Amino acid sequence: MVEQTTYNYKVVRQFAIMAVVWAIVGMLVGVYIAAELAWPFLNFDIPYLTFSRLRPLHTNAVIFAFGGCALFATSYYVVQRTCHARLLSDKLAAFTFWGWQAVIVLAAITLPLGITSGKEYAELEWPIDILITIVWVAYAVVFFGTIMKRKTPHIYVANWFYGAFIITIAMLHIFNSAAMPVTFWKSYSAYAGVQDAMVQWWYGHNAVGFFLTAGFLGMMYYFIPKQAGRPVFSYRLSIVHFWALIFTYIWAGPHHLHYTALPDWTQSLGMVMSLILLAPSWGGMINGIMTLSGAWDKLRTDPILRFLVVSVSFYGMSTFEGPMMAIKTVNALSHYTDWTVGHVHSGALGWVAMVSMGSLYYMIPRVFGRELYSLALVELHFWVATIGVVLYIASMWVSGIMQGLMWRAVNSDGTLTYSFVESVQAMHPFYVVRTLGGVFFLLGAIIMMYNVVKTVTGAEPAKVNDIIPEPALAH
Amino acid sequence: MFENTIFFSSFWDWFIIALTLGGIVGVIWLIIWVNKRPAKGEKVQPMGHTWDGDLQELNNPLPMWWLNMFYITIMFGLVYLVLYPGLGSYKGLLGWTQVGQYEQEIDAANTAYGPMYDKYKALPLAALVKDKDAVQIGQRLFMTYCTVCHGSDAGGNTGFPNLRDHDWLYGGEPEMIETSIKAGRQGMMPAWEAAIGKEGVKNVTQYVLSLSGRAEANPAAAEKGKTVFATTCAACHGPDGKGMAALGAPNLTDKIWLYGGSVESIEKTVAEGRQGKMPAHGDFLGDAKVHLLAAYVYSLSAKTEDTAKK
Repeated sequence: MVEQTTYNYKVVRQFAIMAVVWAIVGMLVGVYIAAELAWPFLNFDIPYLTFSRLRPLHTNAVIFAFGGCALFATSYYVVQRTCHARLLSDKLAAFTFWGWQAVIVLAAITLPLGITSGKEYAELEWPIDILITIVWVAYAVVFFGTIMKRKTPHIYVANWFYGAFIITIAMLHIFNSAAMPVTFWKSYSAYAGVQDAMVQWWYGHNAVGFFLTAGFLGMMYYFIPKQAGRPVFSYRLSIVHFWALIFTYIWAGPHHLHYTALPDWTQSLGMVMSLILLAPSWGGMINGIMTLSGAWDKLRTDPILRFLVVSVSFYGMSTFEGPMMAIKTVNALSHYTDWTVGHVHSGALGWVAMVSMGSLYYMIPRVFGRELYSLALVELHFWVATIGVVLYIASMWVSGIMQGLMWRAVNSDGTLTYSFVESVQAMHPFYVVRTLGGVFFLLGAIIMMYNVVKTVTGAEPAKVNDIIPEPALAH
Repeated sequence: MFENTIFFSSFWDWFIIALTLGGIVGVIWLIIWVNKRPAKGEKVQPMGHTWDGDLQELNNPLPMWWLNMFYITIMFGLVYLVLYPGLGSYKGLLGWTQVGQYEQEIDAANTAYGPMYDKYKALPLAALVKDKDAVQIGQRLFMTYCTVCHGSDAGGNTGFPNLRDHDWLYGGEPEMIETSIKAGRQGMMPAWEAAIGKEGVKNVTQYVLSLSGRAEANPAAAEKGKTVFATTCAACHGPDGKGMAALGAPNLTDKIWLYGGSVESIEKTVAEGRQGKMPAHGDFLGDAKVHLLAAYVYSLSAKTEDTAKK
């Protein structure tokens, strides 16, 4: 079959473009709710615009719409190119694209209407959960089916991470979303009380661990060596940090429930495993950064490589911060404050978004068979985005630690020094700075959108290189 | 070993211990298994596989500093699990529990601040109001426990009484204020629409408006409402509408409206009733803090009295 001699780039193009579109939508909602926190009148007393309804829309849009599309696009690209095989089924791949977009649109409609299961990062109601399950199973069939028909003797390391991400997210989604429906748009969790909280954070932290970490490490393992033109630093290191990471992450959830009704032993295990997680996480950072050895000079001239490498640095920073915040005594200060919000965003903006952007800048010209419109705009995007991240996380660190300290300050008579509203008032300037950081980051995404549109609508200088190489004679 | 297991069966203790320690040992085994250091002078070679044209892997040794960090976190984890609860029902050598930590902190606070609070508890409210420090402690307590409903300035909100005016639902004597804080209050205005009908609600509302001399009162309707008032409302609000502190029935002749003074709000109050709830704070805060809070709240109205006199 002629078709089998080329890679399926259509689905990669579709997901890649939608990743850019959803990035702008998700970040726009993020900026808006950040502004609402600084200037609450911005909800105009319209229920659909209140923080409580837009916040899950923001998180779902950036994690599952932007992040999800970026993962689908890059995993389909990487699995084909490193297996030297076309995707198992074009039809099933097309189904995952349209199915995933349907999930996103349904989320964008139901969340502002207040239809929610009330579980953080798993707010979508049961009919949408079932659709997600079906799409995800199709995704797994396409991905692992392609691995099965590979022409290369070994499975490339990026695919280990994509594979772990796909399997674990399926398990987490099914267990955490188990619910008893009462009406078409209302259900109740299958678990009660503290068990529900534990299952929720087992899911919630591994949404970070497997969706936002393992999947994007897959990206890192393909696009950094490719863009740097250097071999991966250490195969040995990738084995240790892969297995240690996927083993340890799954235990870390209880650190979200320190000093709650969760039994003491469960809290301790969550904390211990979170600390042990530091080295496996940094293994990924080392492998990403050290891959550049011998090519450090490229960082000066190549903004795409800079996106990728800076993202890995942010990854290292937030995976150091995470274990520290999981320590009970630190958590006693940081929990429920903006510090958590800052930590999440140093990972989400600095790591997840920037590694995706670098990868998309690499991949989009190649799958569309065009030259990148402007490298200068990538450079501009890089700096605008970096300023945005720094403003965001620095303001949330200061605000969060201040909040934690204000809450625990006591007078000589044992009474609290500050009332709650005083801590809210003190946070206001930092909320303004945070909004500004968000505006910068959004601006970067808009620059990217412009660059991508100009790229894909530009003249086609060469044919797309989607020819599958013949198997080497040696194998 | 686990006679005092917190689970249905000590099987679960062993299950947790096996998974935890087995997992950690597995991680250590993984490191040792993979960690091969190159011989001196040996050059790192690519692994010999190539993907997608040029993707290759070197096989550099695990960085020593990273490896040491890994071992340190694992050691820390194991030591922590010996000292603290974590392995099922095993309590840990330090005997730490979060409840224990809480109780310890409470005890320490009671030891540090107890004598001071005991001193204030012994003083009568009339004297306490004149003690600047006491009133300040009362205010600080107020800022922590009361402002969510009554506001930072104690000015109240719809459904939550203003504590700065001289209008007291349950009486403004310091002892009554203290009782309100300590034991809480249940405001209970019944719903009357079923009994007096829509027309009755409108009429009695007009009569209530006329009690405080509101100009918009419709005299004809108010006249009809007066009879309804005498049979249904007077029992609690008094024949003259001046209220009854013993029941917490508000005075209707002033211009203070807990649930809003618009015609619609009053009609809603009469038709559907209102349930006010002041929670009891006695068990939660203890007598001394309630005493100090009462002094502060009383001082608010005492201050406004002074200003009124001036």
